Amino acid sequence: MTENLFYFVASLTLLCALMVVISKNPVHSVLFLIITFFTISGHYILLNAQFLAAVNIIVYAGAIMVLFLFVIMFLNVSKNAENEAKSSFLTKLAGTIAGGMLFVVMIAALKDVSLAGANLDTYNSQVGMVENLGLVLFTDYLLPFELSAVLFLVAMVGAVMLGKKEAGEQHF
Amino acid sequence: MESVDLIYKAIYILVIFGITLLIATYSTYFERKIAAFIQDRVGPNRAGPAGLLQPLADAGKLFFKEDFIPAKSNKALFILGPGIAMLVATMSSAVIPFGDMLMVDGREIWLQAIEVNIGVLYVFGVVSLGVYGLMIGGWASNNKFSLLGAIRAASQNISYELAMGLSLIAVLMMTGSLSLREIAEQQAGFNWNIWYQPLGFVIFLICAFAETNRTPFDLPESEAELIGGYHTEYGSMKLGMYLFAEYINIFVASAVMATLYFGAYNFPFMENLRAAISDPVVANNVVTLVGVAAMFAKIFLFIFFFMWVRWTLPRFRYDQLMKLGWNILIPLAILNILLTGGGIMLKDYLF
Repeated sequence: MTENLFYFVASLTLLCALMVVISKNPVHSVLFLIITFFTISGHYILLNAQFLAAVNIIVYAGAIMVLFLFVIMFLNVSKNAENEAKSSFLTKLAGTIAGGMLFVVMIAALKDVSLAGANLDTYNSQVGMVENLGLVLFTDYLLPFELSAVLFLVAMVGAVMLGKKEAGEQHF
Repeated sequence: MESVDLIYKAIYILVIFGITLLIATYSTYFERKIAAFIQDRVGPNRAGPAGLLQPLADAGKLFFKEDFIPAKSNKALFILGPGIAMLVATMSSAVIPFGDMLMVDGREIWLQAIEVNIGVLYVFGVVSLGVYGLMIGGWASNNKFSLLGAIRAASQNISYELAMGLSLIAVLMMTGSLSLREIAEQQAGFNWNIWYQPLGFVIFLICAFAETNRTPFDLPESEAELIGGYHTEYGSMKLGMYLFAEYINIFVASAVMATLYFGAYNFPFMENLRAAISDPVVANNVVTLVGVAAMFAKIFLFIFFFMWVRWTLPRFRYDQLMKLGWNILIPLAILNILLTGGGIMLKDYLF
């Protein structure tokens, strides 16, 4: 049951991720990306990490993708972007070369990989639950956790500084 | 899970789905009746006794109207928009505990569709998805006013989600659980969270109004400036779906507020009632059923409050809306978190 579910969700993820790249209309791409986030959340649930699944949906699908959609709808890039991408031979060539290089690097990296399966005796199936996650974050990984919090704060202050109106600037 | 449990769950989910739709249907009727009462009118009184069949008549009218799709719209997304709005609206009632446990033939039946340990986050995630139906519909209509309405809806929802999340954190700090069932259980009797979180509740309530796009925050569809906002181009049952989704959202928001702050299915003197009946199984069932009634009474009170506010307060201006969200509610919510943290520390220190 779980295995079938995994294959179903995994193929759906790959399909939607492909559609993000293939679709001509950027709004469709964003919508497929949202579905991809949902299917990735499905993977998290299969891994018994409900907290990550929910947070993934809230942060990515609920907030970041809304902003993506926002920007794309406002810019209305669909027609211009399509023509440019089609007309240029150089873009296609560069894309093929870059993609091929990435493929070679991936093969080189994954060639000698051996998968370390979980040790069934010591493995705790509850490791993805909120309580355990919080415990680990606030004990073993406290410093990285706090540092990333500071990083977010800095980014937020930077955004506020950029968006702030200078004295005498026009209100529109 | 046994097949009996699966069948029971399926039936329960269908029942909750039906109740959600029924309440949303009759919310439209009561909205008009309450509006009529507040404005000293009669309201709908032609279809059926006291106009009770009015929602059916409305639905029939909407179904038989021409299903119009603008020529230059994005057809697939234009049709998808109302569907997403409806789907997302009906999703969140799955984790809400409408009642405690019933004992039938020695089998424990929990009156909650799915019990997840992240119930609050699930509701929050579904709420944050609610904006897609509006945005997709507004954009696909290929109409400036629709797009403006959609953009307004998106920025409003994102802004108020922050304050909503922060006010939720204070509740989570107190209860120490993300499961809605546990939060409900901790509020047994009259020990409701509202006594400890009055400020958090007010913030949550205001944000719930903004999230459901209700007056005084119905700027996405403010007809005076935007004709009709994101659903300008919609007609027939597609428009009906959008309007219907709003009422479902009101129902769900009311249920969430009742669960988080007003003790869910708990009611005062429930232990006295339990003790008064000698047979423990009967006592448990009676208390549970009265609890379900209490839960729905609370939900109906909140729905009434939503309508009362709609017909009492005028609409905000857009800059006022943003100022209220970012400059007032978010700092207040952070203050509420600090106060809650201080309160918890003080309680540990003193007792």
